[in-house]
Amino acid sequence: MGNVSPTTLRVLALLAVFALTVAFFSTQIDSYLNARLFNRTSTSVAIIALIAVGQAFVVLTRNIDLSVGSTVGCVAYLVGGLVAQYPDIQPLLLVALAIGAGALFGAVNGVLVAYVGLPSIIVTLATLAIFRSILVQFSTGGSITTDRLPDWLTGFAQANAIQIGELQVRWMVVITLVVVLVAHVYLTRFRSGRQFFAVGSNPDAARFAGISMARTILVAFVLCGALAGLAGFMFLSRFGNITVVAGLGFELKSIGAVVVGGVNIFGGSGSVIGVLIGATLIDLIDTSLVRWEVVSEFWREAVLGFLILGAVVLDTLLTRRLMRRKIAAAEAARSPALQKEAAA
Amino acid sequence: MTLRARLASYEGFLCAVLLALLVVNTLVLRDQSGVPMFLTSDNLINMFQLSAEKIIVALVMTFVIINGEIDLSVASIMGLAACAFGWFFQQGVPAPVAIGLSLLIGLACGAFNALFIVRLGIPSLVVTLATMIAFRGIARILVEDRGITDFPDWFDRLGQAGLIGPFPLAMVIFAFGAVFAWVVLERSAFGRKVYFIGSNRAVADYSGIDVGRIKTVIFVASGLVSALAGVLYAARLGAIRGDAALGFELDVITMVLLGGISIFGGSGTMVGTVLAILIVLALRNGMGLANITGHIQTGVLGILLILSVMVPMIRDRLTRLFQRGAHGTPD
Repeated sequence: MGNVSPTTLRVLALLAVFALTVAFFSTQIDSYLNARLFNRTSTSVAIIALIAVGQAFVVLTRNIDLSVGSTVGCVAYLVGGLVAQYPDIQPLLLVALAIGAGALFGAVNGVLVAYVGLPSIIVTLATLAIFRSILVQFSTGGSITTDRLPDWLTGFAQANAIQIGELQVRWMVVITLVVVLVAHVYLTRFRSGRQFFAVGSNPDAARFAGISMARTILVAFVLCGALAGLAGFMFLSRFGNITVVAGLGFELKSIGAVVVGGVNIFGGSGSVIGVLIGATLIDLIDTSLVRWEVVSEFWREAVLGFLILGAVVLDTLLTRRLMRRKIAAAEAARSPALQKEAAA
Repeated sequence: MTLRARLASYEGFLCAVLLALLVVNTLVLRDQSGVPMFLTSDNLINMFQLSAEKIIVALVMTFVIINGEIDLSVASIMGLAACAFGWFFQQGVPAPVAIGLSLLIGLACGAFNALFIVRLGIPSLVVTLATMIAFRGIARILVEDRGITDFPDWFDRLGQAGLIGPFPLAMVIFAFGAVFAWVVLERSAFGRKVYFIGSNRAVADYSGIDVGRIKTVIFVASGLVSALAGVLYAARLGAIRGDAALGFELDVITMVLLGGISIFGGSGTMVGTVLAILIVLALRNGMGLANITGHIQTGVLGILLILSVMVPMIRDRLTRLFQRGAHGTPD
């Protein structure tokens, strides 16, 4: 156990909780473990996991982005409106536009936080409202409906990349997995990726090490916005009908996934693999409770809330214990040397 | 404080904004026959009544934020208290007892938050984010997707009719609450400790202040006041649903931050909060009379929120620049 990092330990613990949850529900719900569960859960996780990965970048730098839900809704609406008007638009161009629009929203947050120096919770609380009102202004209360969208767009959410029997892996899921993997490798293996951790765990030390705080924070917000934009595109493809409340509440869900996934809310530690498992766990519990006969579907929110609280409490207690043990180990390692010194 | 310093303070700035807003609202907003709509007693009372619950919670949120914490769960406690009241009432509990039980639930919610924040030292942002979802969840379990109505007449009247003259109970509570909150925050030892802890927790700890006790009191008070606001909300609407007061926490926090209370704790005044409340109410009311929808109103408030944090910042920078220019002259 000695050389397993706390982050890996957290991911392993999460996996154990995940396995326990699946095992528990499979004894409670008839024919629970089937292909449909996988297909449905993986598709809905694909969207929220993307947003949560973006959120993780921001949280790593000791900030928070409450505006992601509005970004998702606004991008979904803008892109949907565009494609309804110009049905011949190139699919890849449309995706690029969605990502670009999201990145632009993220950049607004990033500049205000990183360069103007405003607290992120205030800035994104405000842009949460502002982005939503841009959506309302554009839509003038109307909504986008599935029949106005081209077939390729609505078909994309159902398109399978791999199919083994009943088990379907949608393209959306593949894209999200690729994003998570790339983000993981970037954050753990690249110098600029490590800077997000440095900025979050000790801002002063990061500054003395020559890391540009402002640029790192700006990049985190832009990435978060861009991923929310991509999620907005997927949201449009999956649901087709976009109203002014599209994406409402995604900010809390993504923060929930990040926190359950073991990213420290005060920045500096965590992994996007954990975030992916966290997002999956939350979604799985959410959908399974609806099917569980013992409780009514109205229990979902309460269970989710206490789950997040439980995850945080467990994390805090475990981290403290680990720190204490580390300190004790360091003392123990030092003492022989001290004894020798004393003898000499 | 000299008159000039007073005018240059952030509260002075808020006063100017409020005055400008009142003048614009009074001059511009007219109905089709050209009669001014804003400055009528009906409209002004209506303006307060529509947000009475939020502004009561904003008073206690001022303490929470000055103390260096945040409470995102206030709206969920409001919803839970309202739903609990409805649920107890439906189970045949007499309404006065049901009110008392709902307030106790609010108290318990606040204590629950404090338990994790004070005892375990988990950041209040995370704890109240989780309990915001959890308390709302309990409210939904209680009433599911039903609506509960048919409360006793006296209860509905309490929320809707005038208690003292034309002023309904919620407005009276707000008025007394604001004065009480000002006295406690700015004229009592407790209030000084709230500021002290907010500006430097470690120093407060070493100075022998019982930081945990003060924080517990504030979070329990926040729960209790939110529950009271929730019951008032039920009385005003005469009906409750699982999504009662959903999203109110954003409005409440916006009002407080707009009032110049630093999100990092330690500074801000009750006068600032009250002025910001009046600005938000006048702005929303004016936009409402001008037929601007709720979502856009919230967007405008968002812009205002960013500006409100930027203005003191820019002023500080200008002051520093000015002082550097006048280097060598005694202050």
